[in-house]
Amino acid sequence: MANKPIKVALIGNPNTGKTLLFNQLTGLNQKVGNYPGVTVDKKEGVSKLSATQTAIITDLPGTYSINPTSMDESIVLKTLLKKDIKESPDVILVVADVENLKRNLLLFSQIKDLEIPTILAINMVDQMHKKGISIDVSVLKEELNTEVVLISAKKNEGIKEVKEAIIRCHVAAKASPLCGINHKIDPDYFAKLKEISPNYSLYELWLMVTQNNFPETITASEKAALLSFKQDISKLKKYQHKETIYRYQEINKILKKTYLVDKSKASDVRSKLDKIFTHKIFGYIIFFLILLVIFQSIFDWASVPMDFIDGLFANFSELVKEALPEGVFTDLLTDGIIPGIGGVVIFIPQIAILFLFIAILEETGYMSRVVFLMDKIMRRFGMNGKSVIPLISGTACAIPAIMATRTIGNWKERLITILVVPFTTCSARLPVYAILIALIIPDTKIFGLFNLQGLVLLSLYALGFGTAILAGYILHKTLNINSKSFFVIEMPNYKIPSFKNVFFEVVEKTKAFVFGAGKIILALSIVLWFLASNGSSDFKNAEKNVSKLDVSQNLPSDELDKKIASYKLENSYIGMLGKSIEPVIRPLGFDWKIGIALITSFAAREVFVGTLATIYSVEANDDDVTTIKQKMASEMNPETGKKRFNFPVGMSLLIFYAFAMQCMATFAIVKKETKTWKWPLIQLVGMGLLAYVSSLIIYQILS
Amino acid sequence: MRDFLYQNLSTIASLQIGEIGYISEESLDNIPLKLLEMGCLPGAEVQLIQIAPLKDPIYICVNGSHLAIRTETAAQIKILKSE
Repeated sequence: MANKPIKVALIGNPNTGKTLLFNQLTGLNQKVGNYPGVTVDKKEGVSKLSATQTAIITDLPGTYSINPTSMDESIVLKTLLKKDIKESPDVILVVADVENLKRNLLLFSQIKDLEIPTILAINMVDQMHKKGISIDVSVLKEELNTEVVLISAKKNEGIKEVKEAIIRCHVAAKASPLCGINHKIDPDYFAKLKEISPNYSLYELWLMVTQNNFPETITASEKAALLSFKQDISKLKKYQHKETIYRYQEINKILKKTYLVDKSKASDVRSKLDKIFTHKIFGYIIFFLILLVIFQSIFDWASVPMDFIDGLFANFSELVKEALPEGVFTDLLTDGIIPGIGGVVIFIPQIAILFLFIAILEETGYMSRVVFLMDKIMRRFGMNGKSVIPLISGTACAIPAIMATRTIGNWKERLITILVVPFTTCSARLPVYAILIALIIPDTKIFGLFNLQGLVLLSLYALGFGTAILAGYILHKTLNINSKSFFVIEMPNYKIPSFKNVFFEVVEKTKAFVFGAGKIILALSIVLWFLASNGSSDFKNAEKNVSKLDVSQNLPSDELDKKIASYKLENSYIGMLGKSIEPVIRPLGFDWKIGIALITSFAAREVFVGTLATIYSVEANDDDVTTIKQKMASEMNPETGKKRFNFPVGMSLLIFYAFAMQCMATFAIVKKETKTWKWPLIQLVGMGLLAYVSSLIIYQILS
Repeated sequence: MRDFLYQNLSTIASLQIGEIGYISEESLDNIPLKLLEMGCLPGAEVQLIQIAPLKDPIYICVNGSHLAIRTETAAQIKILKSE
């Protein structure tokens, strides 16, 4: 009979190979969920420990200490302080890097004081010989009073031992604290604290006081007693400092007996690479070249699989149309659902390539050097060196980019980054840009070298990035937020990236995008299809009404059909909606059909193309294979008798899409991350106004 | 053992690239808890490794940790230099 799974929490400093160990323990048996109330990813996986025992392993965000300074880290504290049976871990597995064992043991010593069974896994032991490190494991076990396992997650060594230790640890007696915080600091003070409740360890009570974070199980009187300790804040702060120094003293004592480094063996690769990557000229040149390669590959390499996917879905749609009998359901499938799914799937190559690069840059340790290089520059624009990563990720999708801001400890800098990220040209804008550019910009070469269409696309990217930076500057000068926090980032050693980690990261992020955005787009395409094929009484009586008109007499039957279809669209629900906003968007050069596309793309930008495709094909009411581009090119403006998508209208639309925040998912994530409606609303209105005014100016000048 | 020369104005921010100092005990209250936890302890050896192109932030090695901090923080942490 199988035993109840053991709940294991995986904790460690950043850059210790924690994620790789998680991947080795769980394989593809993992899923990403959300912690209740916050959007921080909760990564969980099932590991088979033995024939009868499994474990549910939770990978917690990397942190240097239990005392949080960023949103990422506060998750660790919240998870560990939880006392309800469902969420709290049975065993904590602390991962440490053999090279930075001293600093890693600080976190371990804090965890151990929670009195939860704890295992220490010392990772990267394959590097020990090269770095001249030797460890006396048996003495270390004794001194730390815990299970110690030497592992190399990269070489898949020691994983079996970790699994065995989890089983042993699970059945072991209650764990005891390592340091105890009361001895040296202020015995009376901590004795009084411990008296408050027998249900929690002293360190847990201390954390509740210092971090103002109380588990749900605490009683009102206990909480009141704990809060009374908070009155003398400066004393708290002083004791926290003393606690940390005391912990390091204890750790130093232990390491003296167990850990030896022969410094003569230390290699100098790191400092040589640092000299190049953080050089005041070469550093920026290298960073710029890397960016160039990334963008080149997004547009060049991705175009092949994207064309393939595009063709695949078009063929599939036709195939279904032929195979199924004509009817409402077939229409929904071929005009609504299949193109809807295709619209999401087509972004996979670009998103995967971008995440591939970001994962590699982070894994190698290079990203920290970029943060170091860029911090001062970004600070002028109210941001932080760490904002560079969200701004780059934003070119794929704003959602993971906004989630990536969690590592920024300073609230004002984080908020500004969140607010400006949606200006960067995300991949959802790409299909809109692509089709509009193809319609209004001639496919010619400038100086016989640069493709004009490509140059326009590049300028739109520059426009997005420039606006983000400028908006950051304005927000920096206008937002009156006093957030005290300081900046620190570890400069990890350079590493060759683990293929497994990179692969998992890319799969996970891409999956999150496809399912996140996919749901919205799919739902919308169905709603849209419904709204376009139903309407008021005029809609239902379309045939009768049109036939009655004078102009309709003596028309050939196919002309009459067209007239009826367009009458139907005008009087469908979606048509009525488009008509109602037409007065507002007319000054920008848009008609009610474009208006419909604008409305639907407030859910997601890429819906624009699909919407116009649906509208024009509903209207055309035929099954010919003209592409959406041809349909748009042949769309006429009835007032002027000229093409609808002329240069001024196209430019106006391009500018509108560059600035407006048309993404429901981004809106939702900003609401979650900032915990108020205020910021997403300000963002929506601000970006919307900027889009409207800019488009108005552009259209009025050009036409 | 070491001959410390006390310089009142010396902070981490005043180190030259490659230079080594020792964090003074009196700075304790000026060191943010997070830095302390990352190994930036009184008495610890601190070496300046690199200064960012625009003079800020700086890249230091303290107690085996390689960290980048801003100069405003570094200027608050007093050090003793061995000469």
